[in-house]
Amino acid sequence: MTEAVLTVRDVSIEYEVDPPVKAVREVSLTLHRGEILGLAGESGCGKSTLAYGINRLLKPPALMTAGGIVFHDRSGEDIDVVGLADEELRRFRWDKVSMVFQGAMNSLNPVINVRAQLFDVFTTHRPGMSKRDKQRRSEELLELVGVDPKRLSSFPHELSGGMRQRVMIAMALALDPQVMIMDEPTTALDVVVQRGIIREIMRLREKLGFAVVFITHDLPMLIEISDRIAVMLQGEIVESGTAADIYRDPQHEYTKKLLSSFPSLRGDRGDFVRTGHQPISATPAQGGAA
Amino acid sequence: MAEPTSDTIVEDETPMASPATAEAVRATERSVAAEEATTLAIATRRLGGIRHLLPTWSGKLIAGVVITGLIVLFGLLVPPFAQNPRDSDNPSLQPPSPEHLLGTTKLGYDVFSQLAHGTRESLFVGLVAGFVALFLAIVFGILAGYFGGVADEILMLITNIMLVIPGLPLVMVIAAYVQNAPGLGPLARSSLLVAIILGLTGWAGSAIVLRAQSRSLRTREYVAAARVAGEKPLRVIFVEILPNLVPLIAAQLIFGIVFAVLGEAGLSYLGLGPTGSITLGTMLNDAQTGQAVGSGAWWWFVPPGAMIALLGAGLALINFAIDEVVNPKLRLAPKVARSQRRAARAGRGVAGGGAVA
Amino acid sequence: MSARDHTAAGPRTLEARNLVKDFRLRNGLKFSTLHAVKDVSFTLQAGRTIALVGESGSGKSTIARMLARLETPTSGQILLDGTPAGSRGREVAAYRGDVQMVFQDPFASLNPFHSIAHHLERPLRIHNPGISSDEVRRRVLELLDRVRLTPTDKMAQRRPHELSGGQRQRVAIARALAPGAQFIIADEPVSMLDVSIRLGVLNLLAQLQREDHLGVLYITHDLATARHFSDEILVMYRGDIVERGPADTVILDPQHDYTRTLLGAAPDPERIGMLRDEVRAAVTKENA
Repeated sequence: MTEAVLTVRDVSIEYEVDPPVKAVREVSLTLHRGEILGLAGESGCGKSTLAYGINRLLKPPALMTAGGIVFHDRSGEDIDVVGLADEELRRFRWDKVSMVFQGAMNSLNPVINVRAQLFDVFTTHRPGMSKRDKQRRSEELLELVGVDPKRLSSFPHELSGGMRQRVMIAMALALDPQVMIMDEPTTALDVVVQRGIIREIMRLREKLGFAVVFITHDLPMLIEISDRIAVMLQGEIVESGTAADIYRDPQHEYTKKLLSSFPSLRGDRGDFVRTGHQPISATPAQGGAA
Repeated sequence: MAEPTSDTIVEDETPMASPATAEAVRATERSVAAEEATTLAIATRRLGGIRHLLPTWSGKLIAGVVITGLIVLFGLLVPPFAQNPRDSDNPSLQPPSPEHLLGTTKLGYDVFSQLAHGTRESLFVGLVAGFVALFLAIVFGILAGYFGGVADEILMLITNIMLVIPGLPLVMVIAAYVQNAPGLGPLARSSLLVAIILGLTGWAGSAIVLRAQSRSLRTREYVAAARVAGEKPLRVIFVEILPNLVPLIAAQLIFGIVFAVLGEAGLSYLGLGPTGSITLGTMLNDAQTGQAVGSGAWWWFVPPGAMIALLGAGLALINFAIDEVVNPKLRLAPKVARSQRRAARAGRGVAGGGAVA
Repeated sequence: MSARDHTAAGPRTLEARNLVKDFRLRNGLKFSTLHAVKDVSFTLQAGRTIALVGESGSGKSTIARMLARLETPTSGQILLDGTPAGSRGREVAAYRGDVQMVFQDPFASLNPFHSIAHHLERPLRIHNPGISSDEVRRRVLELLDRVRLTPTDKMAQRRPHELSGGQRQRVAIARALAPGAQFIIADEPVSMLDVSIRLGVLNLLAQLQREDHLGVLYITHDLATARHFSDEILVMYRGDIVERGPADTVILDPQHDYTRTLLGAAPDPERIGMLRDEVRAAVTKENA
């Protein structure tokens, strides 16, 4: 897990409106092979924009104005992501790095069934694949994510939220990528379903060895599952380190503030995940002042 | 009056640096509902009441307002100063000349004067019909949309019947019947009656549109919040829902006016129009019965036709501008893409564009 | 403690008694019934907070809407201070003067067309007929001050889109307080806000509750804040209350299986690395 698979160096992304907005400011981070990197931050911090930038999915008015992104392939080759164009870009996308989008449950095409959507991926990126191979691989993928292969004929609205999410993950795994970027993949799901999906992702990681960039505002969850965590605020990474470091020894003010926004579930009443503030007296029964 | 779209910071405390900026940054990070709120923010300004619903000036709006404004001015200001349109003392079928700017008709009427009076009359018909149709559309549409249930079923039944019956034949039948009914006297052939008939038959389409929007707005949380606060239903409709429908209502009104003007022209052409008055439609009818085409008297039928077309175009342009208030993305998208291209060309982009997902 | 939070018989109460709500669903030509709430009873006392915890589909939002009189129960009663809340005009108006709601979505619960002052003026005028304009103005500014939206006169003039999410929720809270309500139903009041401002809003609600001795029904799916901010927790699953008790007891000593599942699924940084090790062990066993 010490080898780097993705190196992001001094990336800046701007929104070209009037006046221009710097959404991502000279961000550098390194993703190691097979690791889970948590990208934590609140809305507007630029984490989603950064993810889109890494995937070369920026839409106008967003524009990458500086920086380099290098992908270190399994084969030993180094690919300059920023310089890719057209055909090379298409070969890179989904094959080396894939993405599960925010609101993934609405990212499935509602008028075609699951099989057609999975086949789409193969048709685009593996044009030589035979129909039988596509069918076989699709069934394999659904089994991999814990969905009954019979569901290939279902339409998205016939699946539950959790199942749709698993289908999205299956699509992202279709070409056996080395990096998966997941943008708030479980935010809209119930907490029980969420844990199931996360467990699934981790199991797949063990089996297939891909690295994950997990983007969310839920810091306690990141601490629980990530190897390393980077905290973003207003376009910059203000702190990064191992999950244990971030949890037990946060350095930056904002990290501490974020940690203290989550009350502790099992600790003493009035405690936060990290006591950054004085305990709050929630009811008169407890007495004491705020 | 209005400022250009790219206005900047109003106050440091406001969470949005500038409306366009806010929209761009948050577009990828917010939910749909929030996005709606911010897009509305782009179209609004920190002004009181209804002013923030006004469209911002753009080429379309300026063109539309200028054209429509000129036509209205023409119809209002010229008639008192022009020759009597029914003065047949002039030589007939004369081409445009310094005395008769648009020539004369077969009966010797001055075409320019006829055009001015006709424009005024047509505008009158359009406005009256438009407002009558709008009033009915509001009653049938918004009330049905808000209350739902039995009221909705009944109102929609009537609306659907009106919608299914073909418009022009219906208007023709009603016009023919009413105009031949005894006891109406001069009213029977007046433009007021025709306007009312057009209004009474042309509201169904708008009602459907308003109903759909009202149904959608009814489920908004601020409507539920108003109910929980204790507002009575009629107040909820007029104070909470209606203001948010103003752009839509304005668009429907303009639509209604255009269709009324065209409808009147159609009726007149068939001889069912307000033959007692001079309208653009009656002018066309007279030109046809007077064999203007055969005699090559283009100055007789081209001006009224062109006037109708121009009026329609002007009103349609205003409607496009209203559309942009309702959906500001229509206005921003080309601007956004333009600024993106400009920035990329200026060498500020590291990655070339980056295709859309 | 003001006198209005007590009746002759003790503290004021808002009681839900055997509430049932069924929805008829239409799927093409077939009809089916969705039992959203199946016989739920609980009593909310002035001065205490009850948390209604559950996942989506548990029925908690439906209960909120029934208590706010936005839905009518299929059966069961809602009792305010022991007397059933009426269903006719004036009785509903009186009820609304005592029971108010804070909605979940800060972006949707304020009308984009109107100023903040309008949102607060309306409930004030409705529940205080004959009140003078000066008095309304004074109270609007006072409410804004209580929810810490200052400078109050500037805030009053603004429109919802000029406020941040947290500020809008404060306006929503002020609006709920405007009629002088004793009971507040907070339906996931912070779940759509940024993480770092959630506690601020919840603390505000807690402070206002203390000041006015309010009875608060806090509806949420977040167990941690439920424990933190309420006296009692009711756990809902598919329309039933499966467990209830003091907040600490339910969290630290859950009895029902579903409660245990819920607690097990909630993120807990203390279990750092445990899921990874668990999964790794399972995969190794699979491969062996």
